[in-house]
Amino acid sequence: MSAYPDDLQYTKDHEWIRVEGETGTIGITSFAQEQLGDVVHVQLPRTGEKFSAHDTFGEVESVKTFSELFLPVSGEVVEVNEALEDAPELVNNSPYGDGWMVKVKLSDKGEIDSLLSSSEYEDFVESQKVE
Amino acid sequence: MIKKASTHISQNEGTIFERSRPGRVGYRLPALDVDESPIESLIGRDLLRNDDLAGLPEVSEVDVVRHFTRLSTWNYAVDLGMYPLGSCTMKYNPKINERVSRFDGFASAHPYTPDELSQGNLRLIRELEVTLGEITGLPAVSLQPAAGAQGEMSGLMVIRRCLESRGNPRKIVLVPDSAHGTNPASAAICGYDVKTIKSNENGSVDLDNLREVVNQDVAALMLTNPSTLGMFEEHIVEVCQILHEAGGLVYMDGANMNALVGVTRPGDMGVDVIHLNLHKTFSTPHGGGGPGSGPICVTSELEPYLPFPRIVEETDATGLKTLRLDFNRPMSIGRVRAFHGNYSVLVRALCYILSLGPDGLREATETAVLNANYIAHHLMDDYEIAYHGKPLHEVIFSDKHQQKYGVHTLDIAKRLIDYGFHPMTIYFPLIVHGAIMIEPTESEGREEIDLFIDAMRSIAKEARENPDLVKNAPHNTRISRLDEAAAARKPVLRWIKPNDK
Repeated sequence: MSAYPDDLQYTKDHEWIRVEGETGTIGITSFAQEQLGDVVHVQLPRTGEKFSAHDTFGEVESVKTFSELFLPVSGEVVEVNEALEDAPELVNNSPYGDGWMVKVKLSDKGEIDSLLSSSEYEDFVESQKVE
Repeated sequence: MIKKASTHISQNEGTIFERSRPGRVGYRLPALDVDESPIESLIGRDLLRNDDLAGLPEVSEVDVVRHFTRLSTWNYAVDLGMYPLGSCTMKYNPKINERVSRFDGFASAHPYTPDELSQGNLRLIRELEVTLGEITGLPAVSLQPAAGAQGEMSGLMVIRRCLESRGNPRKIVLVPDSAHGTNPASAAICGYDVKTIKSNENGSVDLDNLREVVNQDVAALMLTNPSTLGMFEEHIVEVCQILHEAGGLVYMDGANMNALVGVTRPGDMGVDVIHLNLHKTFSTPHGGGGPGSGPICVTSELEPYLPFPRIVEETDATGLKTLRLDFNRPMSIGRVRAFHGNYSVLVRALCYILSLGPDGLREATETAVLNANYIAHHLMDDYEIAYHGKPLHEVIFSDKHQQKYGVHTLDIAKRLIDYGFHPMTIYFPLIVHGAIMIEPTESEGREEIDLFIDAMRSIAKEARENPDLVKNAPHNTRISRLDEAAAARKPVLRWIKPNDK
């Protein structure tokens, strides 16, 4: 069994997506939040903004670094997690739950097929680890 | 063993508001010899404010002096010891620079003084322009930009204006993934799309990849050389050729120019525009916030686009040479800064250059590189070197060897404070995991560097034998490990009177 939830798809940029019907919920993985350290600010897009797959849709800042957020798939933002404004620590505490970032309406569901499964993502993370 | 620092007087001190006592003052005025008038009758009620003035601290002179003196004991400064912040180039600021910049003729000059009465100050500006032009091999220089980031933006504006006059400003600026964050920001502000290019395993530009991405839409490449990894970009001449053949220009971020001064010149490599950080390379202050100064040096072809006014030399009928400000520069990008930039910083920089002279500048460069390599050599058994190659003025390690003890870069930096050193730069550049970035500069003699090396080796030993000591550092400071996440998430930005809470 993988260390990462089986019901999600993953990217090599360490984002996850949960697809439900035409909508995908997106966040960053537990590995990503661990690497970033304590998250202090999350910059998210507005609802209605449209992005292509791999576009930068926001930024996450931690005490030691900042990182851009890349959208796993193309789509239009239908909801952003406004709770992160006051409680960015949700990204650390609950990366797959309350720490979600945006929900998008998928423009091309076929794009999901090119993403990684939880076991593929786990293999990728292991291959990236030092030593 | 901690050698440099020891417990010393480091007094506790609240805010100056907490020292306030009602009615306490630091002056005594003579008795009034006229009738007292109500203030409303003198300046009008609408000009009076009655909001928070009552909260101003009421203190005596000795309260104020002790308050700020006590605060100053919490400080770390380059005048106290090595300040090894990689990428920041915290070199010593020679006192002669300070003395000269305070000469009345420089310090009291007014920018609206007519040209004919400002010949000395104009001469200084001109002299610094010529000197920086010679050092960089890029002869046309503007001293206006107030800091490196503004220099970058001005340089990109010059590039854009040049390409516009050639008929097409183009769309894309290429920036390597190791670049300073200001590079993509400058390009974006100038209306360009930023495309990141990946470094190869040596940390330099991948030429094949560069050839693939350079096309007729690429306006410029912004390259830091030596790179943020402290490595000289050995293919810089080919890089410039690739850009030039496609009609693009090369912007060099001169943040690390202190590794090249007196040894080689960007202009000779094919670079079109460079900015310099006088507050780094040329020893003017920036530890206390500067002010900075970020001149740009460009090729003769780009000179018409530089900010105005430019200084021109004229010879009258009697053969007398005078300097004049020329505002008639129709191709210029315009002013980027009031008057002549941060003028007193320019005075300090020229003072540094002239007091070292050409041989001294070269020696400073060589010593900075030698010092960094000396540290690299002595720490490479204890810390993982991030990039193998020949570091120039700075060296980057990672916390790879310490991770297995649960000790990370942040812990090492915090523990270094206990040893009496300012921490090094950490977690930058972003492409190095757990980066530990050290730049000793040429200011340090061997004794101070050996103290630093001892401290770092001792911390590596502690990480192996007593990791908790490192993980909970610092121990010898007034306040131990701060909760940085809480400070960033819920900052307390001002003091609030206890009864107002």
